[in-house]
Amino acid sequence: MITLQHFLIIGISLFSIGLTTVIIKKNAILVLLGIELMLNGANVNLIGFSTNDPQIQGQIFSLFVIVVAAAEAVVALAIVVRVYQYFNTSNVDEPKELKG
Amino acid sequence: MNWMTTIFYFFGAITVLSALGILFTRNVLHATFLLMLSFFSVAGIYVLGNASFIGVTQLLIYVGGILILMVFGLMLTTKLNGKALVTENHNRLIGVLLGTVFFSILSYIIIFSANFEMLKSNKTLPENAVEFIGINLMSNYLIPFEIAAILLLVALIGAAVISEKRKEKQE
Repeated sequence: MITLQHFLIIGISLFSIGLTTVIIKKNAILVLLGIELMLNGANVNLIGFSTNDPQIQGQIFSLFVIVVAAAEAVVALAIVVRVYQYFNTSNVDEPKELKG
Repeated sequence: MNWMTTIFYFFGAITVLSALGILFTRNVLHATFLLMLSFFSVAGIYVLGNASFIGVTQLLIYVGGILILMVFGLMLTTKLNGKALVTENHNRLIGVLLGTVFFSILSYIIIFSANFEMLKSNKTLPENAVEFIGINLMSNYLIPFEIAAILLLVALIGAAVISEKRKEKQE
């Protein structure tokens, strides 16, 4: 029997691993990978909650989450490419022109 | 323990272990392929949660779309000189501390103190979930659906405008 707790544990594992990846990695692409992991953790939670729901609202909401994740990845990658063309680096800690 | 639970544990172990591999590997390309493995097994978890349509969507959009985009972004933002692409870590202490604390608090709440009895219902899930989702997307969720379409159009145009090569204006 797969219970709701199983889904929730996997969801929070993905979310905390993604959070740690976002914080500790220097490469901007890996930061984006961490964000995708966090969104997947949220989706696993939604699917887990919708297993008891006859209206399956969680599944429909997770479709919209996937759409927003796709849009976010596209725009973020465009920004990373632009930053690389300007600063010649893809590390998130090297462009520090705004640091006073 | 029946076979569904066994398969669930299998997929869950692959998901969490490959996500941990992303955290521990230094090679950026290996991290991308580990993310693909993680996405595949998350799709398996969706299928086990009676959400096969979401599982297929996950495979189509994440594995087929976003990961290819990530590999292209990786290719465009590194100097290719024949060496492996390695990355460094920073803020290691605060990152690991925050992740561990977050995981411990939430798993404590989920396992010991939360009460999910109210969520249990005797109603059955819709027999044909794909048909149900399709009808609902075109009736009850029509406005979010259209807004998602506009969002995708804006993201497409915005990404093209941001990443185009432009000449610096001479004054």
